[in-house]
Amino acid sequence: MADKQLEADSAVLLEIYKRAALLKANDERARKVILSGQIAMVYYSYRGQEIIPSVMGSVLRDDDTICTIYRGIHDMLGKGFPLPELWAELAGRTTGSCKGKGGPMHLTYPPKGIMVTTGIVGSSAPIANGLAWAAQLDGSDRVSVCTFGDGASNIGAVHEALNLAAVWKLPTIFVCQNNLFAEHTKFEKMTAGQNIAGRAEGYGIPGVRVDGNDSEAMYSAFAEAVARARAGEGPTLIECMTFRFFGHNFGDDDSYIPKEQKAAAMEADPVPRLRARLIADRIASEDELAAIEAAIEAEIDKAIEFALASPWPEPDDLRFDVFAKEIAA
Amino acid sequence: MSAAEKAAKPKITIIEAIAKAYQDAFAEDPKVITLGEDLADPEGGGIAKITQGLSTKFGDDRVRSTPISEQAIMGAAIGASLAGYKPIAEIMLMNFTTVAMDMIVNHAAKLRFMSGGQTSVPIVIRTMTGLGFGSGGQHCDYLEAWFAHTPGIKVCAASTPEDAYGLLRSAIEDPDPVIFIENLPTYRVPMSFTLPEPGHRVPLGKAAIQREGTDVTIVTYARMAVQARMAAEQAAADGISAEVVDLRTIAPWDRDTVLASARKTGRVLVVHEAVREHGVGAEIASVVSEELFGELKKPVKRLGGAYSAVPYSRPLENAYAPDAERILAAIKEIAA
Repeated sequence: MADKQLEADSAVLLEIYKRAALLKANDERARKVILSGQIAMVYYSYRGQEIIPSVMGSVLRDDDTICTIYRGIHDMLGKGFPLPELWAELAGRTTGSCKGKGGPMHLTYPPKGIMVTTGIVGSSAPIANGLAWAAQLDGSDRVSVCTFGDGASNIGAVHEALNLAAVWKLPTIFVCQNNLFAEHTKFEKMTAGQNIAGRAEGYGIPGVRVDGNDSEAMYSAFAEAVARARAGEGPTLIECMTFRFFGHNFGDDDSYIPKEQKAAAMEADPVPRLRARLIADRIASEDELAAIEAAIEAEIDKAIEFALASPWPEPDDLRFDVFAKEIAA
Repeated sequence: MSAAEKAAKPKITIIEAIAKAYQDAFAEDPKVITLGEDLADPEGGGIAKITQGLSTKFGDDRVRSTPISEQAIMGAAIGASLAGYKPIAEIMLMNFTTVAMDMIVNHAAKLRFMSGGQTSVPIVIRTMTGLGFGSGGQHCDYLEAWFAHTPGIKVCAASTPEDAYGLLRSAIEDPDPVIFIENLPTYRVPMSFTLPEPGHRVPLGKAAIQREGTDVTIVTYARMAVQARMAAEQAAADGISAEVVDLRTIAPWDRDTVLASARKTGRVLVVHEAVREHGVGAEIASVVSEELFGELKKPVKRLGGAYSAVPYSRPLENAYAPDAERILAAIKEIAA
């Protein structure tokens, strides 16, 4: 079983790269589409953080669930969110996964286990525990993942959720993507101890800090947490060290990120790094990877075309989905 | 009911009806689960003992005590409901919902809409409140207006054991989140003769005319419905016929029943224990006025809690909320 494998072999590395290439291309396209004026939306770029969800997607099954956050499109694509429904939702059209009612911050796609995307910092964690409780009740070995940023490590909801997951021994995996900035504020300035993984000790659960931009290290840490959760051994907190290349939300003045730090991070861009590794180790050829990337671009083209050709919602749609039954006109 | 029973005093309380609703719902549907502080048997079955015996009978997986972590409680209920379960989350006292507002308002209420109907949150939030025990400002507020103002949440409060049972069973079966508000001071007041049968349901969104009348309509709910029934009895002795409409579901509320009664009497009094300013009564008064402006004989009157925190000292606590005496005075005022 692939999910019991704790080391990333060649096949897994190629799988991780395919996802990472999709995530990178999709982020680049999103920024381009906003700048061109084709789609107006609030957008939180995840560029630089692609390896973490690409690894998660390579380990998780479709029935495993994920609760993610406003900077979460990478998590969702990693988990298999289909591009046409994604882009139609970003464009606010009825063919979007949420019929245009959710938008970029509330994308949902249950067929792939993408259950909640929240715009509230830290709120993915308490809900993920409920999905984990349901797995226990079902007698299933599926796991529940929540992702959040370093900023969320300082909000109460995350601590309440870690404690409950520990005392109920839930199959919840807490994935903190530490990109070193909470909105505009440096990690070290507002996070006491500067060691989020270390906080796990206080809850009596494993806490691991890992280089989230290193596919193999990330794979080992995540696969082990998943194996533990599937075996009924309880939650794990993983602090994945990474970096976001752009500001908190697209268009903000990111002058709070030191230029040298940003330049160094971009220089060490994890996606081309993995690509070079695949070629150097003869896991894939330049031509094969170029073909994969071209196919991704074509898929994104098709998805955006579908989105922009789709109908807008009607005002009357406001009466539906508030409750199971429509609201009277 | 036999003549002997009718002659006897009622014995059944709201708390017994709620406990039976739990027992019956758990026995009928394995997807019904519950969580909250102290709920399981090792912790005593909850502060009101409503869930006593439940974890022993139905297992620790379905009946779970929790840490004192209201956000974690609400989040776990929401998550389990997304996976097809029907959780009843007990937030011990209504004031404690304030520390879980993000989960309730931003998530439970909105996930169905924001997901375009792909997910739903069929949870019940049971919570207790009500003044009368000298608990002061943080243990007995009525905060129903906050939730009634949040699209996506239904809000219920019962004033009889039959309604408590029937509403709770309907709330558990409802596909959307329901806040079920229980009044502590009327919990153990004997009101009925027999416990409701397992098939008994009270539909959400349907008010009850608890006493028919022709001169004045009193629109109310929870403990104030009990007080309004007493006031209506006294008014009858003074020759005023008051109709008591217990909303039972505060949101979405039963406009048809309220407007029909208001049309009949032409005089409307709205009563709740919650602070009067910006309360549920303002919405009801406003709709009645909009719909029946030319037909009303008097402006709609509202009684509610004082514009202060709930006080501790007995005379202040007594002065804070309406009671039968003040409701009677208001009936007389608008009937004049």
